[in-house]
Amino acid sequence: MAEAAVRAGCTFFAGYPITPQNEVPEYLSWRLPQAGGVFVQAESEVAAINMIFGSSAAGARSMTSSSSPGVSLKQEGISYIAGAELPCVIANVQRGGPGLGNIRASQGDYFQAVKGGGHGDYKLIVLGPAYVQELYDLTMRAFDWADYYRNPVMILSDGILGQIAEPLELTPYTPIVKLPPKDYILTGCAGRTPRVVKTLFLNPADGLVHHNDHLQEKYRRIEHELSLCEEYETADADIIIAAYGMSGRIAKGAVRKARRKGLKVGLIRPITLWPFPKEPFVRAARTASKMLVVEMSCGQFIEDVKLASECAVPVEFFGKGGGWYPMDTDILEIVESMQPCRSAPCATRKD
Amino acid sequence: MATFTRPDTLKDQITHYCPGCGHGIAHRIVAEVIDELGIREKTIGTAPVGCAVLMYDYFNVDMIECAHGRAPAVATGIKRVQPDKIVFTYQGDGDLAAIGTAETIHAANRGENITVIFINNAIYGMTGGQMAPTTICGQPTTTTPDGRGAHGEGGPIRVCELLSNLDGTCYLERTAVSTPKDVLATRRAIKKAFENQIAGKGFSMVEVLSMCPTDWKLSTQKSLEFVNNDLKKVFPLGVYKDR
Ligand SMILES: Cc1ncc(C[n+]2csc(CCOP(=O)(O)OP(=O)(O)O)c2C)c(N)n1
Repeated sequence: MAEAAVRAGCTFFAGYPITPQNEVPEYLSWRLPQAGGVFVQAESEVAAINMIFGSSAAGARSMTSSSSPGVSLKQEGISYIAGAELPCVIANVQRGGPGLGNIRASQGDYFQAVKGGGHGDYKLIVLGPAYVQELYDLTMRAFDWADYYRNPVMILSDGILGQIAEPLELTPYTPIVKLPPKDYILTGCAGRTPRVVKTLFLNPADGLVHHNDHLQEKYRRIEHELSLCEEYETADADIIIAAYGMSGRIAKGAVRKARRKGLKVGLIRPITLWPFPKEPFVRAARTASKMLVVEMSCGQFIEDVKLASECAVPVEFFGKGGGWYPMDTDILEIVESMQPCRSAPCATRKD
Repeated sequence: MATFTRPDTLKDQITHYCPGCGHGIAHRIVAEVIDELGIREKTIGTAPVGCAVLMYDYFNVDMIECAHGRAPAVATGIKRVQPDKIVFTYQGDGDLAAIGTAETIHAANRGENITVIFINNAIYGMTGGQMAPTTICGQPTTTTPDGRGAHGEGGPIRVCELLSNLDGTCYLERTAVSTPKDVLATRRAIKKAFENQIAGKGFSMVEVLSMCPTDWKLSTQKSLEFVNNDLKKVFPLGVYKDR
């Protein structure tokens, strides 16, 4: 992720140490200056995100990274950045919560990431990678989308992906979209009227209403244009597993095992978590008879699955919070118990 | 013959400040200094949360409005990305010495090459006169009706003294805007704080003792006396660091 950021032209990083993401600032502390950028170890996550507010307003591709308790502290700044429509990339390598929690992998910050987290009506573009290569690729895309939409992008990863070592192809960076000129950044007002970056709208009285209308319009456009999802063996699937990030990756293993046993099981793995890829779920609701949500949290992601599939099929749940992760064999067992019964109706497992 | 004109750095705008408030004087001084140094077109200012939040409506420079207390962190981000620009913060006492204490101390300690204008009016102006970190002992506010110190509020924080311990700070001076002589001293200090940044010397802060007649519930005349007779005793004027 850190190397992808450098290659994508990130020139400013600020962060505060927290496990399990320390590798990112440690790497960038020497790598970023080598590439002509700036690394600052901030005094807190609050300060770090506000440095990003400044560096982004000054025109730099900017990034901060943290883990759950630190990301809670960043919420103030995230709200300001979203309100001021500044681009930046924020990584959350999630760990167990609530509170100090633990340092094991978790997906417990899903709501915070996709529903808001800070104050006011705003949206982050949220990406849920499951593989190191995907994390690398999405990090580059994150900078593009942030600039293109002038919106903060969050990479919602977890402690397993943050610590895992696996093969990676260090592909070069090429922008995927034509990026608009940064005609809003602060550079000193030489030869032009001064610019102001702000989030306060007092006059006229409905100025903030209009600003919110404008933001919502942008969010609708993003929803319309941006949706990434992996669909695996869904075409003929009777049971569809829905899972993202690391739980999606584990669930894929369960699908492979189930297929070897001749069970018609498929996987929908949303990669953009906001915007949530609705269409695959609408289709699945027509063809599958049941769904199973697997998440490393206590029932957050399932809400978006139910909304997207409009509760057209029964949705079962397999998830726990606190640094727990599912085993593919457990998922397989649940899927087997969900198979249509030959004899009397059977009890389905609820975990 | 010299005529009194508006500095280029100030827009032709009537400010929202109350009669007798010190923000208007401090604004004018900052604007005059920016004019005099010829840096208007390379200056980036950061507005605080506080009575001066709308200062970008008055200043003719690029500006960013920060969250309450975070201006030194925001300024750090800007200055590190554009080291050739002149970056300043302008903050009240609640902003700089309460909610933003950490950002202030650490920006100072890193020796960020920025200029900090600190308006110490010993009260929370914008929110209606609550206790500030710099409210002096015995001073009544809306949240210390019996005067500060009666119920475990502690005493005023002396920011210049506090920061003077840090190796990263270059220049710290406390001035006032309650007499013509003080206004001139403030002008000289603020000019120096900007010159230091131009010379790349590091963190410079001018703490300006300022009036808030509305929330002190004093007349404009009595407010000047409060600065001269009371605040200056607790917050001695002078240079606390110059290297
Ligand atoms: C996070 C947050 N907390 C509280 C406030 C409310 N608030 C606005 S201004 C202010 C105090 C400002 O006082 P000071 O910094 O001394 O500046 P002055 O208004 O006196 O110039 C407060 C508490 C806020 N805007 N944001």
